Amino acid sequence: MLSVTNLDVAVNGGMILNGLNLEVQAGEVHAIMGPNGSGKSTFANVLAGHPGYEVTAGSVIYEGQDLLQMEPEERARQGVFLAFQYPVEIPGVSNVYMLKAAVNEIRKHRGESELDAVKFLKLVREKLKLVDMKEEFMHRAVNEGFSGGEKKRNEIFQMAMLEPKLAILDETDSGLDIDALKVVAQGVNELRDASRSIVIVTHYQRLLDYIVPDYVHVLAGGRVLKSGGKELALELEEHGYGWIKDQTAEPLETRA
Amino acid sequence: MNIAASSTDAADYVAAQQIAADALPAAGTPWLDASRDKAKAILTDVGLPTTRLEDWKYTNTRSITRSKFDPVLRSESWSDTAVIEQLIEQLKVPELKSHRLVFADGIFVSGLSSDADLPRGIRVMSMAQLLQSEPEYLKSALGSALPESPHGFTAMNSSFISDGAFVEIGAEVILDKPIELLFVSACSGKDRLGLPRNLVLCRSGSSATVVERYLSATKSRSLTNAVTEVILDGSARLNHYRVVDESADSFHVGGLFVQQDQSSRLDACSVVLGGGLVRNDVLVNLNAPGAAVDLTGLYLGRGRSHVDNHTHVVHHTPDGTSREHYKGILDDRSRAVFHGRITVESGAQQTDSEQSNQNLLLSRDAEVDTKPQLEIYADDVKCAHGATVGQLDDGAVFYLRARGVGEDEARKMLTLAFAADVLAKIEQPALKGYLEHCVNDRLSFVPRTS
Repeated sequence: MLSVTNLDVAVNGGMILNGLNLEVQAGEVHAIMGPNGSGKSTFANVLAGHPGYEVTAGSVIYEGQDLLQMEPEERARQGVFLAFQYPVEIPGVSNVYMLKAAVNEIRKHRGESELDAVKFLKLVREKLKLVDMKEEFMHRAVNEGFSGGEKKRNEIFQMAMLEPKLAILDETDSGLDIDALKVVAQGVNELRDASRSIVIVTHYQRLLDYIVPDYVHVLAGGRVLKSGGKELALELEEHGYGWIKDQTAEPLETRA
Repeated sequence: MNIAASSTDAADYVAAQQIAADALPAAGTPWLDASRDKAKAILTDVGLPTTRLEDWKYTNTRSITRSKFDPVLRSESWSDTAVIEQLIEQLKVPELKSHRLVFADGIFVSGLSSDADLPRGIRVMSMAQLLQSEPEYLKSALGSALPESPHGFTAMNSSFISDGAFVEIGAEVILDKPIELLFVSACSGKDRLGLPRNLVLCRSGSSATVVERYLSATKSRSLTNAVTEVILDGSARLNHYRVVDESADSFHVGGLFVQQDQSSRLDACSVVLGGGLVRNDVLVNLNAPGAAVDLTGLYLGRGRSHVDNHTHVVHHTPDGTSREHYKGILDDRSRAVFHGRITVESGAQQTDSEQSNQNLLLSRDAEVDTKPQLEIYADDVKCAHGATVGQLDDGAVFYLRARGVGEDEARKMLTLAFAADVLAKIEQPALKGYLEHCVNDRLSFVPRTS
């Protein structure tokens, strides 16, 4: 599904990712953990095609294609989905309008016909239930005036609507209380299946109690320092990120 | 150094007026002659505006004064009304059922108008016809809403007063169907000057909608110098729309001058979709307690177009409410000017006033000069104003792209969203749908910012 090799990424001349490697197979859930400034969110944004990052070396192959050559919209149409850490407020564009445009762009790409209003609404109602959202949210401007929890639920709702092959959740747990976290996690779990891969970027182990990953990777200084099974997250929780530092031969570059 | 150029000035129009004076509608009516003469004297005195005037600092009229425009004062051989008819058919607002008057270069074209089924208590007719048949009926109202010191263009319009629309909504009459005034410029060749002069009288307790639309018949260079006066008696209500959608080679100077009596309400919406140079002046006088005005505006600039909105709301009396919300979307090398002035006189306590101007620049070469201005002489008032100039939010563009929406489409979606709240206030569904379509259409080219 996804193969990342020796990825180097710079922002404003500073190196953020430095030789990152990652392999994700179809159906797998990978958690990427790491301290602040380790490059987790940069990695998530680079996969989605954020124009603010410069890939200086390495490759990202998605389903046999060079992901880095694709425009962000092209990636989305091919099944890449980023749940934003900070979902953007878009006054004047309703949720339903944006989603309809998005769903139909993706359907068009797949060679499917556009959904008519009735079918679209039926799909919306079905998916809203997944994240326990009211239909009135659909008619509000995208994320405008939403609480932190509502924004994150809206991301998972969009993910459910767009049915991606590769979903990247960027700190979807940040700012959520425990109830909202459970709702979001349940929404994600419902979407787990053998053909869909999920990359969860998170600072805390907490989310992984509810979305149990197949693999955990610890990122620091822009590269994967240690990989393991779900138990690695628990060890991290217990010992802190300093423990990884001691575990690895190479000294960590600390970032401000 | 004196560079000789074939430029014109006020004297040319004064001369044209003198030649035409005796043949103007109702010439020989003493009060009207005096009124035209007075306006002519003002035009002679102040001349056409230049950037030396504070109110014209950012709008250079040289592109207008470079040519001499020939006033159209009476119906000419509209040998080819078919052309105008076709244009009206093309540019009509779909599904808008209206009482419609059509003016070609400012002159009423009865054959194209549809005002037959007007309800009782409502008069909608050609100004020239009314001047000829009942000049005295207009004596007290005509000119009564104009600013004390009009600029040269307004004075020019007043010195001619040839034709335009007269609208009167009788006391307590509620008119659901809008009155549509369609002004088609560039009908009779190059460099023609249309001088529509409109008067809208809303008697007490009445309610109506008037839509003024300004279009071009051809791409010929033209000047439209239009003045509309609106008088709202007690508790009268008017929805007024003014849509300018002329060709890139057209010049347009328009005025909306309003007097409002007690508890009257005006909702005025100005939309500029196209035109080479467009200057809109708005003056609203709130003359009695409880009067309310809501001004909204949307202007689109592209190519090298120039749009200037000059508005002035004067609170003379207590308990008045004014709202003003203008938005601009500027692309290419277009320029816009917004000057919104609100005056709260010393007696106008409990005034509630809000004003905002927001601009979206789609290109690095577009430019806007915005000047919100409050003058408050009362001490118990609530007033707020503000202005912004910004670009599309890159974060929002990326968000939409990350959902599969193409970049151009994302930019267009966000640009339309910027205009959405102005268009949302339009109460006529057919007109709203039409203007949304027009804005969408004009922005279909929205390019990537470099």
